[in-house]
Amino acid sequence: MKDKALGVITGTAALIASLLLLLIMAELLWASWPALSALTMGEWLLSGHWAPADGHFGLGAMLAASLVTSLLALAIAGPAGVLLAAWLHLCAPAWVARPLRALQGVMAGIPSVVYGFWALITLVPLVNHWAPPGAVMMTAVLILALMILPLSVLVTDAALAQVPPRAMQAARAMALSRWGTFRHVMWPFVRGSVASGIVLQFGRALGETMAVLMVAGNVIRWPNSLTEPVRTITANIALEMGYASGLHAQVLFLSGLLLLVMVVVGMLVVRLGLRS
Amino acid sequence: MSLSRIWILLVLLNLSACGQHDRETLVLTGSSTLGPLMSDIAADFEAANPGVRVDVQTGGSSRGIADVRRGTADLGMISRELRSDESDLSAHVVARDGISLIVHADNPVSALGNEQVAQLFRGEISNWGELIDHDVPVTIVHKGQGRATLDVFLAYFGLNDRDVRAHLIVGENQQAIRSVAGNRGAIGYVSIGAALHEQELGTSIRIVSIEGIAPDADAVARGIYPLTRNLNLVSQGIPGDLASEFLRFARSGQGDVRVREHFFVPAAEEPAVEENEG
Repeated sequence: MKDKALGVITGTAALIASLLLLLIMAELLWASWPALSALTMGEWLLSGHWAPADGHFGLGAMLAASLVTSLLALAIAGPAGVLLAAWLHLCAPAWVARPLRALQGVMAGIPSVVYGFWALITLVPLVNHWAPPGAVMMTAVLILALMILPLSVLVTDAALAQVPPRAMQAARAMALSRWGTFRHVMWPFVRGSVASGIVLQFGRALGETMAVLMVAGNVIRWPNSLTEPVRTITANIALEMGYASGLHAQVLFLSGLLLLVMVVVGMLVVRLGLRS
Repeated sequence: MSLSRIWILLVLLNLSACGQHDRETLVLTGSSTLGPLMSDIAADFEAANPGVRVDVQTGGSSRGIADVRRGTADLGMISRELRSDESDLSAHVVARDGISLIVHADNPVSALGNEQVAQLFRGEISNWGELIDHDVPVTIVHKGQGRATLDVFLAYFGLNDRDVRAHLIVGENQQAIRSVAGNRGAIGYVSIGAALHEQELGTSIRIVSIEGIAPDADAVARGIYPLTRNLNLVSQGIPGDLASEFLRFARSGQGDVRVREHFFVPAAEEPAVEENEG
């Protein structure tokens, strides 16, 4: 009886969760439809000229800025997180590993506006010394990397804990080095989790708004230099959604839809890659 | 067992949410220049009127306009005059404010002319060394579209937003002040009230005179400081009872005390509502 109730409750929860995603997608599509029909793809996707007051709605540069900053942050935090988790498991003594794990949990829970504020008063002046004005793409990449690093560590760490003890015993019996143990015994087990963790981090980096808004400079330009400011899609929504109306608001909805599509595509790519 | 506990929790949450609906709520949104002042006045108003809740949210003057039109806010906070295409709304002046140029405290510049400011923002002067003994590249801290401070600033200096070579685009006054305080070459512009308040707190910014006139509340009150604007609360048509009461309160002596605390200038004694209905 209780099992049945549990089944119904969890089933309903799962249904609601997936329905919500569909509803959000439908709502975004509905809200951005007028823009999609009023503008050509060349106008809204490929152009980088964004001047809503003058009727220019090119999302290209901001879209590229979102992708480039997120991917660069991922390139830093992904490998660093995996190595840190491996170190926690294989090398660190328990009295170091335990508080460090707890610390990662805390770091993952700090609100992003706190990261942003810290970056604004500490990281920006630091970067300013050699890449004025300091609020540039590199700063945004660094703060994003710092924000997703705990996710990377925690996901890998949880996966490493699931490696069967038998495999670890076998590795010890063969006198494998720590690196050998990680590379040949643990890595094949955790590869899948790390990959889905990466999608999670990519989603967080792509969707991050406040921290990036505070440190990226927010000047609209193509992201071709680490030492120049950029404006991401999310920062643009935060800056302009409050007052946008008409076509301007519709294009902002469209940019939200694009973000969602990118995360979904990223997830599919990883899922398909894992299967093959 | 634990499930029923969750239900009880949910029911309780619902009840408390319902309880709040019994109280009268007034929503103000808009200008980040007016936000802190209105939050203080709102707290006084709540204290004087038990059972009333005033919700103040910032996001720029254009948000205030949009929210009042959509009906999601009772009053919009607008730190500029209404435009001709906004004549469906009524403006009620609550205070006067100026916009002041700010630089980092290490920057020795204390006064700039109109043309110099325009040149700086157009990118024609790229190093402070060209003006004064301060060999640091200029960083332009500029406001994002939809901000009243931006509109007033551009209009006064005869600048076109497209010609401004911004290095950093910010939203709220606070963000502009933090950004300037953290960069020795930065120049930005914010509400005088916000700038004086931060300077008093010891933030490392310097307030710059324009055409020889130092921005302060006195210069704004006497009408000699050039870059000034009215701070308005706007409503759609005639404001409702609660909104009218709030407006009266904000422009009473009690409101004026708060206005002065925030380094703004109280609106003229004349309480006539500036009707702007079209």
